[in-house]
Amino acid sequence: MSLAAGQFPRLLAGMPPEGFLPLAAHEALHGPLPLSGRSRSRTEHPLILELERAGVRGYGGAGFPTATKLHAVATQGARPTIVVNGAEGEPLSGKDVLLTGRMPHLVIDGVLAAASTLGSDRVIFALDEEVRGVARVLQQALAQRPELQRRGAPAVSVNAVPGGYLSGQETALVSALGGGWAKPTTTPPYPFERGIKGVPTLVSNSETFAQIALVARHGADWFRALGTTNDPGTRLITVSGAVSYPGVVEVAGGTTLRQLISASGGLTEPIQGVLLGGYAGTWLSPDDLELRLDAHALRERGLRLGSGIVVLLPASACIVAEVSGVARWLEQESAHQCGPCIHGLQAIADALEELCGGGDRRGAYTRIERWCELVVRRGACSLPDGAATFVASALRRFRPVFDDHARHGACDLCRAERVLPIPAFDAVPVR
Amino acid sequence: MSEKLHLDPIACTGHGLCAELLPELIWLDEWGYPVIEDGELTPELLGHARRAVDACPTLALRLQRERAARRPRPAGGGRPAGRTPSY
Repeated sequence: MSLAAGQFPRLLAGMPPEGFLPLAAHEALHGPLPLSGRSRSRTEHPLILELERAGVRGYGGAGFPTATKLHAVATQGARPTIVVNGAEGEPLSGKDVLLTGRMPHLVIDGVLAAASTLGSDRVIFALDEEVRGVARVLQQALAQRPELQRRGAPAVSVNAVPGGYLSGQETALVSALGGGWAKPTTTPPYPFERGIKGVPTLVSNSETFAQIALVARHGADWFRALGTTNDPGTRLITVSGAVSYPGVVEVAGGTTLRQLISASGGLTEPIQGVLLGGYAGTWLSPDDLELRLDAHALRERGLRLGSGIVVLLPASACIVAEVSGVARWLEQESAHQCGPCIHGLQAIADALEELCGGGDRRGAYTRIERWCELVVRRGACSLPDGAATFVASALRRFRPVFDDHARHGACDLCRAERVLPIPAFDAVPVR
Repeated sequence: MSEKLHLDPIACTGHGLCAELLPELIWLDEWGYPVIEDGELTPELLGHARRAVDACPTLALRLQRERAARRPRPAGGGRPAGRTPSY
């Protein structure tokens, strides 16, 4: 029984309670995978045209049109390398691990379709080295695929990359996979021009490949049967904070926050705000629950879903302490390559800590605000921009709380258990 | 063909010579790293800009002809035709 156009869920359809969906069950659900082969025409790859009609955009955070990216790689005139970015450095995100670990064949489908269209001879699955189970599942799933046994099939490897916030940053990933440091590099050249070992490289998020698979198998019209005109299809959202069932849910484009919360079992306690887009994202008021999670509409309002992250911040948490902890972590996760990021993020984190403790708190609010503007677009990657967006948005949304801390120091909630997760720091940072 | 100042933030270590030589467009933040204004690089400033580029000890500052597009263009687009490099 093949998956109907309006049927929901899509990406997570048939997900077993444990283990991964076997190939036979996967094919029963989605039908055979059509592989177009490399197109002779430079500009008319059937899959790329279909992806453009479907309106697929990357699901890793930047939301770049997938057809445009594939086209850019396709026209470089060499056999490109494909990197499946499953590194998922954002601590609030769990969707890529879930998708790759439970529905690996859907991701592999997308990779095979893209490899066939682009004429790729090399595919690399990049996974966080600290999440070992997923690599095993992926190896098992890959071994089941007859397409990879054929002559002319791309060479496939599963690579572990060091964890950390920047591990999934496109140029850092390409550098690490090419044997260099896992640090961002200066662009241009972009990976699509010169990537791993100088070869044009397509780097896309695991979920993006799963969406490519859906378009390759079912077509653009089928894809558009769910979601909105400007945000077609479905996406995975990692929900955490004050909900009964934190975790990954699949929603159609245009779903409201209220519907998302109810899909996560409802609120467990009153909330003071909603974080959209993770540690590079923005804070919304608890009254914004009718907001539609339509990636296009959100972009127009200057908001972003990032890699699909929503946190419901309970009223029992201290926003200043939460933001302070994250700012310090981001400062430590910086690759420490660019001056404004090194010094700016450190200054911001220091000032935020002073608000919750001793030190000179006078004018801290204004100073943090100014630094948040000062670091934007001045790094090789967008880590400082994301951190500044996250902090500045909290300052604006929760101004009275920050003012209160500036006058009176730490509040009673400052010592409460943190809601926003911060991975343990390496004892000896590898730099 | 207009030119634009481009800073490689990884290469830059904040010597600050560029801000001395081209204060019209470059100032230093409180940590000594240059901030490049969006302002136009007028013909009068071009000479000063070249001196700033030449003076950078880490070769972080460059003058680049403005590229029409830095990111890939939409499928079927292609680069604008008929443009030849002119120096």
